[in-house]
Amino acid sequence: MGTSEDGAPARAWHAVVAATLKNNDVRLIAYVPDRVLTPLIACLHADADVTIFPTAREEEAAGILAGAWMGGRRGALMMQTSGFATLANVLASLIVPCQIPLIMLISERGVLGEFNIGQALVARTLRPVLDALAITHHTITRLDELEFIVDRSVRQAVATQAPVALLLSPLLTGGKTLAS
Amino acid sequence: MPHGDNAALGNAKVMNRFELTRRILAQLEREEAVVAGIGNTNFDLWACGPRAQNFYMLGSMGLAVPIALGVALAQPRRHVVALEGDGSLLMQLGCLTTVATLGPANLTIVLMDNGIYQITGSQPTPAASADFVALARAAGIARASWAADEGDCERLLRAALAGGPSFIAARIDTQPAVATTERDPARIRERFMRGLGVRT
Repeated sequence: MGTSEDGAPARAWHAVVAATLKNNDVRLIAYVPDRVLTPLIACLHADADVTIFPTAREEEAAGILAGAWMGGRRGALMMQTSGFATLANVLASLIVPCQIPLIMLISERGVLGEFNIGQALVARTLRPVLDALAITHHTITRLDELEFIVDRSVRQAVATQAPVALLLSPLLTGGKTLAS
Repeated sequence: MPHGDNAALGNAKVMNRFELTRRILAQLEREEAVVAGIGNTNFDLWACGPRAQNFYMLGSMGLAVPIALGVALAQPRRHVVALEGDGSLLMQLGCLTTVATLGPANLTIVLMDNGIYQITGSQPTPAASADFVALARAAGIARASWAADEGDCERLLRAALAGGPSFIAARIDTQPAVATTERDPARIRERFMRGLGVRT
């Protein structure tokens, strides 16, 4: 962990994400695990104000969060790149046409040193699928931009009743390499 | 309500989906939410007439139970009923374990099982020797039963509304749905949110 410009210790990326989601009343988290997301998931599991649980499949989580939104509760879906690749149908047939502001946090795998060719190939589908459905997405690479992007993206998703995808780059999270 | 006297799959009467849906709705007196899956399940719900607490899924096959679970988590004081087809549930069997793990007392799953993908041309599902109630129990949903007939389904639903999560399976015939749902997703979503009191 480094220090910020004023000399105070910088918060870890996962602490910033968790706090920013909570500040925006995003307190229902469904996820399919990812090694890189582990500290974020652990941090949210430790928070009594947050309901967080794993699902068997990302598509299932998207359905749960759509239902929760319609019932008046904000949530977010956390997953890795390969998990996002299972979502094209639910995004195209439920989330986008029903105007559900689904908040997606995607650990960007398969890039910048990833050793698994399966991850590297599926990573190429991530942005094309988001672009094909005209879903707003941001790739977050810097800790000093993290809170701003997460905060504004949640607000815009809710205000415009549209989903958003936040791609957490290895430049932010450290990613996963052979050594880790 | 004890569940020890459940009908076995082989003894369950083959019922009509529209008639059973009508009877289920007649049991709902507290503005319970109803989420119906893709195809005939929601067509027959639509055919039962307008109701502000109904959500009609137009795509995303297999997600009626997850959507209902989400509503149940968001509104723990409102009971939520998922109406799902057998082919649809097969696409998302994992949701049964999620329901069992989270254990929402206000969720009931009603499975309409006719063994076919009726809307695509009545091809058989790859579940010829499966028992969906046994699957639900094995997933951890203890309150899981086959409805012996319409009256038994009503009895099981009354018990389910008192506390769940519950899983009720009904064998249904191959009659087509009585009507076709209006295909306007944004309108369906908005009406549902108003029906749930989320918007005014």
